[in-house]
Amino acid sequence: MVAMTEAIESAPAGTTEFTVVGNSPAHHDFQDKVQGTLRYGADWKLPGMLYGKVVRSLQPCARITAIDTSAARELPGVVAVLTASDVPFNKVVDNASGGLGELTVAQPVLAEDRVRYTGEPVALIAATEPEIAAAAVDLVDVSYADLPGIFDPEEALEPEAPLVHEAGNVLVNWRIGRGDAAAAMAAADVVITGEYRSQHVEHAYLEPESGVGWSDNGVLTLRVSTQVIEHASQIARILDVSENKVRIIASYMGGGFGGKEDMTVEPYLALLAWHTQRPVRMVWDRQESILASTKRHPFVMRYRTGAKADGTLLAQEIDIIGDAGAYPCLSARVLFAGAALAAGPYRVPNITTRSRAVFTNNVPASAFRGFGAMQVVFGYESQMDKLAERLGLTPTEIRDRNQVSKGDTIPTGESLHTAVELTATRDLALARLGPRSTATGPGCRVGRGFASGMQPYGRTIWFRDHASVWLTLQTDGSLLIRSGVTDLGAGQAASLCQIASEVLGAPLEEISVYIGDTALNPPAGGTFATRQLYMSGNAVLSGARELRDSLAAVAAEELGVPPDTLVWRDGMVRTADSSGQNRGIRLAELAQMCQRRGVSTSNLHTWRARGGEFDPEAGQGDSFPDYTYGTHAAEVEVDTETGVVRVLKYAASHDVGQQINPVRVQGQIQGGVMQGLGYALMEDHALIDGQPVSTLFANYLIPTTMDMPDIEVDVVESGEGCGPLNARGIGEPPVGPCAAAIASAIKDAIGVRPNRLPITPERVLELIDEQAAGRVAKDGDHE
Amino acid sequence: MTKTQVQLRVNGRTHELWVGTNRLLLDALHDDLGMADVRYGCGEGVCGTCTILLDGEPVSACLLFAVQVEGREITTLTGLPAADAESHPIQDCFLQAGAAQCGFCTPGMMLTALALVERTERPTREDIRYELVGNLCRCTGYTKIVDAVEEYACRRRGNGSHD
Repeated sequence: MVAMTEAIESAPAGTTEFTVVGNSPAHHDFQDKVQGTLRYGADWKLPGMLYGKVVRSLQPCARITAIDTSAARELPGVVAVLTASDVPFNKVVDNASGGLGELTVAQPVLAEDRVRYTGEPVALIAATEPEIAAAAVDLVDVSYADLPGIFDPEEALEPEAPLVHEAGNVLVNWRIGRGDAAAAMAAADVVITGEYRSQHVEHAYLEPESGVGWSDNGVLTLRVSTQVIEHASQIARILDVSENKVRIIASYMGGGFGGKEDMTVEPYLALLAWHTQRPVRMVWDRQESILASTKRHPFVMRYRTGAKADGTLLAQEIDIIGDAGAYPCLSARVLFAGAALAAGPYRVPNITTRSRAVFTNNVPASAFRGFGAMQVVFGYESQMDKLAERLGLTPTEIRDRNQVSKGDTIPTGESLHTAVELTATRDLALARLGPRSTATGPGCRVGRGFASGMQPYGRTIWFRDHASVWLTLQTDGSLLIRSGVTDLGAGQAASLCQIASEVLGAPLEEISVYIGDTALNPPAGGTFATRQLYMSGNAVLSGARELRDSLAAVAAEELGVPPDTLVWRDGMVRTADSSGQNRGIRLAELAQMCQRRGVSTSNLHTWRARGGEFDPEAGQGDSFPDYTYGTHAAEVEVDTETGVVRVLKYAASHDVGQQINPVRVQGQIQGGVMQGLGYALMEDHALIDGQPVSTLFANYLIPTTMDMPDIEVDVVESGEGCGPLNARGIGEPPVGPCAAAIASAIKDAIGVRPNRLPITPERVLELIDEQAAGRVAKDGDHE
Repeated sequence: MTKTQVQLRVNGRTHELWVGTNRLLLDALHDDLGMADVRYGCGEGVCGTCTILLDGEPVSACLLFAVQVEGREITTLTGLPAADAESHPIQDCFLQAGAAQCGFCTPGMMLTALALVERTERPTREDIRYELVGNLCRCTGYTKIVDAVEEYACRRRGNGSHD
């Protein structure tokens, strides 16, 4: 035994301080990324590989009368041209509500007899060169007969509106309510109304949709840029093969933000590789990506907010209409999140919320960072500001009187069960702004505003979420983590290494994490809903602890101490006795001991989130596992001559429970703010009768370095999250408060409150003109 | 499409390849020469993802044909580290600042920044923002990227060549 142990010099015994978690090691994917050596979806090439292209509809709403593929087939180098009749099972059914009342509408993989949006896939090409595939696309002759389309979700609700699908134009109608909102509203001292509108937004990840598919040993493998490898089962259905015949590997994504949560290239690659039995690569060009990929839902939000004279909220009546576009995708779930979060982090005893996803002949909308819960922040925070103004209170006072606390009941009837540190985040964000800037010119005005928000992390509870991980201590002491997570670039894989290192003491450089492969990894669920740190982080934490328990029994016997006194650190397990005579065993030796004794050094572990039910009739029940809260504060300068809004200062503060990697937490917040500022001020995927106005980066504008101030971040660590080591998710939350904070700052600067996004220079000038014409009510709202 | 033989000088090595006259330099580098650090982002010269240095100046590889750059010196990110080094100092600065998230824009970002610091020994944060305006990033919010470039410029001065 002595030979296998060795003395340790210093003895930081029994400490509960973290040694790996809470630090910001620049490891794993970060290293490959700065070296330029990470291989993304398009960075894969196989012998005999073909290049795939999608032929897309140029019409938003039409009957297909004929498809002539003969000219394309005759082009030398074209290997396959596929249409709907070549798809074994031509349906994708999302059922995003989980069976709680949405219409069942199937989306065809390739359009059969009609198209419902501009960009809808109609045919597929595979050719020996990408240039030939592109030329063949132009040779596919699709004949259309126009049908009347519908492009405005409110018009789509009219009785005589053309139907996008025969089942009806309302995909889902959620209702959430408690108390008697009508009676409470009637009894209120003051009622504030407001209508707020948001726009289509493009994800604009820098890496377009891409991947390679091939067939091998009777199994179809797709290596694609995707957030969700579990789409393998959908691919099997489409090909009409059993699920064991499809393998999906996710490359590290060059951004996703929800846009790679639905399938993108997968079904097309699968069909082409299956039909040709050759490897196929498909990369959507930028124009195609902006034209045809899913978007963030535009919301129309109508609020009536009733309060007592002292500012106490009595009632909310909220109506939300979301433009789902032509197919269901994840709209039912997005509109649920909008409904559940519509009142924000404020106590409201009486509330009725209706939230509808409505079909149109616009591009389908689906998941996008914030997922319905971000759009409504603009609604509820604007209402709070207006209420404060009406009652002569400050924005801070109105929030202090209504803000939720731990233990309070939210509109779904659930009780908040973790800390709510909104006041702390607000104090930090406001303090960060520092002294007020002075305007840089005679026509310029400076204004300030802030907004708070709450964003769920984790899937809706009735999906009974779970994630698995497989941990193996190798006989040389290195550690393997196998997990089906996909990595968006937010450190999903790297954070698992930090947690495992913290528990088992294996150094980070001796941990490898293998992710995103349906064949080789236990399933972790996709990377969306800010769920992977929460789900897979918990799976790694509890799985590593289980593994440590079985290793500890062996180590404790060798070292002659109780197992719970062992310290796991620096690649060793050692005693933590107070005599200073610490002895330890290297993990390599421990693994070999275990092997000799028949003790497994491997652990396959599944972590399950709390389950529950939601009653869609009553509008009450379990919704989300927990929330991440935060406050943003902004200082802007508005040029009243040009309407240009410049963000001078921006501060964001969130309670993340416990930071796993502070640099990555800051990065999530700073990047989320950038997307939020783009949403607030410039980004608009505008459509005219279903045709997009901009499909290039040259005219779909996202923030550049020149648009962004330095984003100041303050993190609060309440120690009360539901994630591993009490962490909360931080992927989506930072995108929520931005538009409301900016709108509030603009109101402060020019005296008129914007109620429509994005707040472009043209709209700012309109607001200023309205004010000059006296069409603005006292509280800054439009009349 | 007729093919023609071109000699491309990339990261100090000469490559001979047959390409169509319409073959984009981006595709020649990424697909024909297998350089995964030169990436398609938009194909319209707006996003800066496919930035390379052409005789030391940052350009978009998606806006050039391969046949146009014969005899020119092309540098991509993987060509930056000195022969005996694992990384270039600007890569170390990006790594330590956490200036990459998804990493897709990172090579182009670093090459553009490198050219700025070659010209301007003491760039302000505004100078850095102005120079990087043609390199889009959708993940970081740019704050840490500007930090990293500032730090690189500082280190470069500290190495004694300018101050």
